[in-house]
Amino acid sequence: MVNRHVIGAHYGLRDWLLQRITAVIMLVYTIGLVFFLFAAAHASFEGWRALFANTGVRVLSTVTVMALLLHAWVGVRDIWMDYIQPLAIRLTMHVLTILWLLVSFVYAVKVLWGV
Amino acid sequence: MEKARPKHLDLPKIRLPIPGIVSILHRVSGILMFLAIPVMLWLLAGSLSNEARYDAFRGFISYPIVKLGLIAVLWAYLHHACAGIRFLLLDVHKGLELQTARATAKAVMIVSLVLTAVIGGLLW
Repeated sequence: MVNRHVIGAHYGLRDWLLQRITAVIMLVYTIGLVFFLFAAAHASFEGWRALFANTGVRVLSTVTVMALLLHAWVGVRDIWMDYIQPLAIRLTMHVLTILWLLVSFVYAVKVLWGV
Repeated sequence: MEKARPKHLDLPKIRLPIPGIVSILHRVSGILMFLAIPVMLWLLAGSLSNEARYDAFRGFISYPIVKLGLIAVLWAYLHHACAGIRFLLLDVHKGLELQTARATAKAVMIVSLVLTAVIGGLLW
């Protein structure tokens, strides 16, 4: 454990925890989806559509997508922080990452809730 | 004793131990999936659209090069998930001993590659 003075800033514990909680959410969703695919191995196009037409499934899918994007934000940000030293380039990558994830979120909502 | 600083490491000469390989592949697979997010959403949209467009999407993903790309994403997901479970266990101090850590790292590599081969082979 590093001995340091606590001066009020946060040290990434919240991000660290967020990373793990979102990971568990995605694991649970994956297991559920795999279970469905096995239970309905002969499912047709209609079965697949009916699954994602269910409001409960849509809500859980949206929550999982939000978990995914938060998880990706922490992970990708860590990678930029570790490997990109010039501040200007690093901040640019942070902004582009946020935009990429926001666009993905809006698109995901359209795909999951559209039609 | 005076130490020579800064210390420059000869990257090609560094041989990562197996847990290190699992760790760096966790990052590689994460970045790969990060870039693939919109593509995956687009494919989900295609699979949920009307029957005519559904068939068009099936046609698109039948190209071998597209299939290879999707198998790469499948491996990324499986490796990331398996390595992630291992990291969660390490967080709660399970499997910290050197021999166990090496064995579980090896297991992550093997399980994710075998699952990729099996699922990819079934879906090909």
